[in-house]
Amino acid sequence: MNKKYLPLAATIVVFIAIFLIGGATYNNFLSTRVLGNILADNSFIIIAAIGATFVILSGGIDLSVGSMIGFVGISMAVLDSMGWHPLVTAMAMLCFGVMFGALQGYIIDFCEIQPFIVTLAGLFLLRGACFMVSVESVPIQHDFVDTYAAAKIPLPGKGVLRSSAIVMLISLGLAIVIAHFTRFGTNVYAIGGDRESARLMGVNIRKTTVKIYALAGFYSALAGVVYALYTSSGYPLAGSTLELSAIAAVVLGGTLLTGGVGMVAGTLFGGMILGLISTLIIFNGSLNSAWILIISGALLFGFIVLHRFLVGSFDLRGAK
Amino acid sequence: MITMDKSTVSKPLLNRMMENRAVWPLLALAVILIVDGFISPNFYEIRIVEGRLFGNLVDILYRAVPTALVALGMAVVIGTKGIDLSVGSIIAISGAVIAWRIQMGDPHLVVMFYALGAAILCGAWNGFLVAVLGIQPIIATLILMVSGRGIGMLINSFYGGTDPSFESALLQGMSTGSIWLIPTRLIVAVGVFLVLWLVIRRTALGLFVEAVGGNAASANLAGVNARLITFVAYVLCGLLAGWAGIILTADTHTSDPVSVAMYIELDAILAVVIGGGSLAGGRIYLGMTVIGALVIQALTTSILISGLPPEYNLIIKAIVVLFVLLLQSKNARQKIGQIFSRQKQ
Repeated sequence: MNKKYLPLAATIVVFIAIFLIGGATYNNFLSTRVLGNILADNSFIIIAAIGATFVILSGGIDLSVGSMIGFVGISMAVLDSMGWHPLVTAMAMLCFGVMFGALQGYIIDFCEIQPFIVTLAGLFLLRGACFMVSVESVPIQHDFVDTYAAAKIPLPGKGVLRSSAIVMLISLGLAIVIAHFTRFGTNVYAIGGDRESARLMGVNIRKTTVKIYALAGFYSALAGVVYALYTSSGYPLAGSTLELSAIAAVVLGGTLLTGGVGMVAGTLFGGMILGLISTLIIFNGSLNSAWILIISGALLFGFIVLHRFLVGSFDLRGAK
Repeated sequence: MITMDKSTVSKPLLNRMMENRAVWPLLALAVILIVDGFISPNFYEIRIVEGRLFGNLVDILYRAVPTALVALGMAVVIGTKGIDLSVGSIIAISGAVIAWRIQMGDPHLVVMFYALGAAILCGAWNGFLVAVLGIQPIIATLILMVSGRGIGMLINSFYGGTDPSFESALLQGMSTGSIWLIPTRLIVAVGVFLVLWLVIRRTALGLFVEAVGGNAASANLAGVNARLITFVAYVLCGLLAGWAGIILTADTHTSDPVSVAMYIELDAILAVVIGGGSLAGGRIYLGMTVIGALVIQALTTSILISGLPPEYNLIIKAIVVLFVLLLQSKNARQKIGQIFSRQKQ
């Protein structure tokens, strides 16, 4: 087996193991109903994490994800109360996400500032913008929300694939095509692997960086749209610290934070592992929610150390 | 090189001042304070109420203390080319330890040492991951950042967790007390700053940290134990975050791991960057970092007294960050310079 698939394989093994532990502990856990719920409940985190995967593959980081989700949600809710159709506002928000991301990418490359700091400013800016739009929670009352919630595909067993999960799977498919079957995707891996070599090979670093962050902006905005439709409301604090969950999902999904190594598909499993942990703890009932954070942190630790030693012992980047 | 030196000497005093890195943050602070004077005529007034100084200027110093303490630790870590995202979680953990041990009936002075001890342990954990396992700092400290608030909640649940509030005269003194009119926490913070300054600037430690941050491999070859120095930097950062945790917990008389010191890591990093520190490492500016923290707090206070809704706080902060970053970037400065010179022609 190709060594670069090892982190992804580890992720899938952990996912199946946790799922089987759940099945052994609780009746009815091993069902498509639970699986469908986990997919739907975590769809917005996974969508945001898919965008973050591209950024992390290129060796960068995007902290503005959570604030973008909050901003998109509250804007959709306020525009809804003004009588706009949710689909129209969703389109507008996706355009905004692309432009905001592109701007961040441009500042990162043009000013040669670390992505961490630029997207941190983005985090502040968008969260501040949330409060300027509205300081209170606003419901979305358009009929389209009911149509959206009712749309589902039945799975074998009693489970259903809800519309949020469908949107997530479609955007995942799109991301896999972009990452592995386009020149842009190859450039992303090249920049993450070795920026200077990529530049010497003729990769246009600025253009690619702007595109990467624009793509991440698109996916965060899409996550915001899904979140707003799923909860049928906008709340100015929505999505706080969600950027960390997104980064955690990417790391658990087998993408190295040093850039250049990882698979977009792994992020799906990374997000699902996070979702499985919270579902298991909710199933248990007696453990409090603190354990969700602690176990997520412990798993994160395990994977980071695993990646560290995989990179140390084999040459994942094929540099030798 | 020689021609460059000549040009520096022949430049007028004003130009040379502009090139000094200390000028911009101080200028920013001065501008904010002067604008405040226009907004509120009584801004500079300082009164004595109940044996303690009161007034906006004192308030800025008073409120800036936790951020400044965290930022000082962050400055040392950033000096090693690292970053510590977990300071907010460390504050949450030390707060939870305080509430827990006070509920258990330990002497309050000892409880403070427990809190600092917990913070040092957290710092040692980060240091272990970064220095011994060699994990990237952002990622290594992300682990504690994610799970730290959970650990705080877990500590709260040790004693039922229903009511983590407490009464303590000693901690009350840390929060609102004063010695000779001056708030106690200010005196303690100045003391902490002086000790840190002595350790960093009057021993070789600061030089070692900057050497490791500049180029860890060269520092190692030159005989500096880069791993040990990095480890110590994270422990120091944890300790200072723990101290900030004591003050913040004393302010609220309760342990609230979910929301205490939210986004303080960002404020602290911002303070270091405003103070002229580069995330590329190799430099520690302790004094300027404190100025950076004061700029952030002065900004927050002015937004409050100006009557603007507090929601503007984050937006204005973001714009200030971007502005400072643009000033520090060579490309952007050149572009701005070009625009200005074109206008002159």
